[in-house]
Amino acid sequence: MLGYYLDLAVRSLKRNKILTALMIMTLALGIGASITTLTVLRLLSGDPLPQKSARLFYPQVDPNTLDGYVAGQTKPDATMAYPDAMNLLHARRAKRQAVMALTQAKIIPQHANEHPYFSDGVMTTADFFGMFDAPFQYGGGWTADDDENRAALVVIADFLNDKLFGGANSVGKVIRINDHDFRIVGVLKHWAPQPRFYTQDLGSRDYGDGDGVFMPLQTARSMDMGPEDTECYASVTDVEHLELAPCEWLGMWVELGDSAAVTDYKSFLDGYVKQQIALGRFKRSDTALLGLMGWLSDQQVVPNDARLQVYLAFGFLLICVVNTVGLLLAKCLRRSREIGVRRALGATRRAIFAQFMVEAGIVGLAGGLIGLLLAELGLLGVRHQPADYASLAHLDIQMFLFTFVVALVASLIAGLLPAWRACVMAPAPQLKAA
Amino acid sequence: MDVLPIVASLRKHRIPTLLIVLEIALACAVLCNAVFMISRRVGDIYLPNAIDEQGITTIKLQGTDPKLAASDIPRNIAALRTIAGVQEAAVTSSVPLSHNNWGWSFGLTPDTSLSDQHRTNVTLYFLGEGAEKALGLQLREGRFFNAAEYADSTIGTAALPSTHVVIVTETVAKQFWPGQSALGKTFYSKPDYFTVIGVVADVLRPFVATENEEKSYYSTYYPVAPDPALRNYILRSAPADRDRILKEAVQKLQELNPAAVVTGATYDSTRRKYFANTNSMVWTLVLVCLVMLAVTAFGIVGLTSFWVGQRRRQIGIRRAVGATRGDILRYFRTENFLLSTVGVIIGMGLAFAINLYLMQHYEISRMPWYYLPGGAAALWLLGQLAVLGPAMRAAAVPPVVATQAA
Repeated sequence: MLGYYLDLAVRSLKRNKILTALMIMTLALGIGASITTLTVLRLLSGDPLPQKSARLFYPQVDPNTLDGYVAGQTKPDATMAYPDAMNLLHARRAKRQAVMALTQAKIIPQHANEHPYFSDGVMTTADFFGMFDAPFQYGGGWTADDDENRAALVVIADFLNDKLFGGANSVGKVIRINDHDFRIVGVLKHWAPQPRFYTQDLGSRDYGDGDGVFMPLQTARSMDMGPEDTECYASVTDVEHLELAPCEWLGMWVELGDSAAVTDYKSFLDGYVKQQIALGRFKRSDTALLGLMGWLSDQQVVPNDARLQVYLAFGFLLICVVNTVGLLLAKCLRRSREIGVRRALGATRRAIFAQFMVEAGIVGLAGGLIGLLLAELGLLGVRHQPADYASLAHLDIQMFLFTFVVALVASLIAGLLPAWRACVMAPAPQLKAA
Repeated sequence: MDVLPIVASLRKHRIPTLLIVLEIALACAVLCNAVFMISRRVGDIYLPNAIDEQGITTIKLQGTDPKLAASDIPRNIAALRTIAGVQEAAVTSSVPLSHNNWGWSFGLTPDTSLSDQHRTNVTLYFLGEGAEKALGLQLREGRFFNAAEYADSTIGTAALPSTHVVIVTETVAKQFWPGQSALGKTFYSKPDYFTVIGVVADVLRPFVATENEEKSYYSTYYPVAPDPALRNYILRSAPADRDRILKEAVQKLQELNPAAVVTGATYDSTRRKYFANTNSMVWTLVLVCLVMLAVTAFGIVGLTSFWVGQRRRQIGIRRAVGATRGDILRYFRTENFLLSTVGVIIGMGLAFAINLYLMQHYEISRMPWYYLPGGAAALWLLGQLAVLGPAMRAAAVPPVVATQAA
């Protein structure tokens, strides 16, 4: 039977080419627009470390004064002051913990005739690589002792290793960063979490290539490298010696094995803050311990524009579906006579319904296919945009399947009404009137 | 035109009627909100900025030895002045729309502390001598800094310069001292204080505060003697010379400072880069709106054509009993007008509801009322245009159809 319905459907669609083309294009445009924007949204709101994100947490404390404080409503600041970051780091109450800040690392090229350039740098502590599952191509990270001893060690990214050493094993070699010598201890494999969750609120690096150099925090600070973002909560007289200033510039991440460990860490954090209040350093008692994905949504990493565009595209898809229903209906109602004849010759209501659904399904599949092409075209357009996530916009298999489901469901919904109308019509009047 | 027969006829075709109304309502709702979003973005892209945007080229010099700034900066400026076509050359800490912001909060009483609630966060631009001329700042009141004020002010390791004079934008003046002249007034952040000696036309901050245009102009200027914080060299020239000057200036500064990282751009391109995302969003929205209007129009054409086809006989009878072509044309246009009216009324309600929802969730401001009738008018017009073709075909139906057996 399906073959027969297909034949009927194709004949019927061929009979009115302009209307058919209009229906397919309408559906394709709606699908193309919504899939394009949805791909971008998925890309932006993805999990940067799927295998690890459930175990990573971001502790926050609040060293501000009581001015403007509303108990329970004021959120703690996003970053930490040096003393708190160091106290929490050295307490070692989590499985792994690291503090970090971003910096601009000036790389002096090996060849005399090349100009120096900046690479995105991270000043951090030993656990960084293990905690974030950063994969090494050569060598490895540094140790907690290296942190304390201010060893001039560095881990570099694959792209920097390619640029400086042509991709060869450079462990043990020395590079000059900000006019100081650093010995390479490790070279990362390609590692660029999207978005770069650990840089949130430390500077504005969200998507795109990962960071280039990773240095021990104390070492970098002793060489006068400064953080990219600093927030001060009291009057400052000396911004060079940030360790002593009432300024927040460090982010901290901890790895916690299970929910019991999370509860323990939160009460440890609360205890720490109480102790600081007793010492007179702190005034506010709020703390926070958000998980990785919670932290990203708290930071509103996904631009509102991307969400608004998805809304707009789905509004547009809705208009397209309504429009296709209208056109299909117009087309089917005109065929009341044909239906009357088929019914009179013994076709059941079910058969008529099936025939119309097949017709709608063909429109949907064709619309989906063209919509897929339009989505690819749309994503090509997105890739040519200047945003830092642009180059990552690709249609994946899941989105590809989603396209077809959307197309089919949309068109079947669009076909439901005309099919129902067609099959409830009484055959006799249609034959007589015509 | 008698409306009642049209209504009676529409009641017989409930589903197509409903579909047209729904389509117009949805299109109206989406259109109002999309156009509102477009206008906000376009407003951002064209925010006025009272510096000589077309004449400025900026060169950023980073990674130099901070201890040598006092001697490096005058030497670099002297070298840049020798480039043909450079009218002014000076240094600043940052430029508008460069994302590089140094902010601080000030209040109006001498004991205002940094964490005080009643304080305003403003951007601090540090100017080297002559930067007001290089940028093309427009003085509205008072005076610019004098040579002594430039020479006496230092930053060192502090967060704020040691000077006690400041130039503010008109918006800052209005924010701190509404309704009065700002000249001679002082703002504070314990233990620092700054007295206003000049007011300039509004200049943007290094970033734009979306959805609060006022805050984008909270810029303040401080004189500073050569200091490592002054990393941006501002060159002013005729617009035609900019590209050549940019190339020569980068080369010259790299030669003089071989260990430094030198990057340059015309101010024009800095601004374009800042708004590049906004710009592409605007074009996406415009495209979606146009396609949406086209789809809606096609829908109206399709359904009306179907109607006309179905009612050929009825039209023929009306023509036979004396209706003119104009009457038939008017019938379909009035019908479409009625449908559009119901559609846009629902659509305006929907548009308002969507705006309310977006206001709650996405920091979007209230849509001005005139967007609603504007969107309604657009869809009325679209409906009338779309119905014209099928209506003309209907009007062309000859009276003789009435006598044919369908």
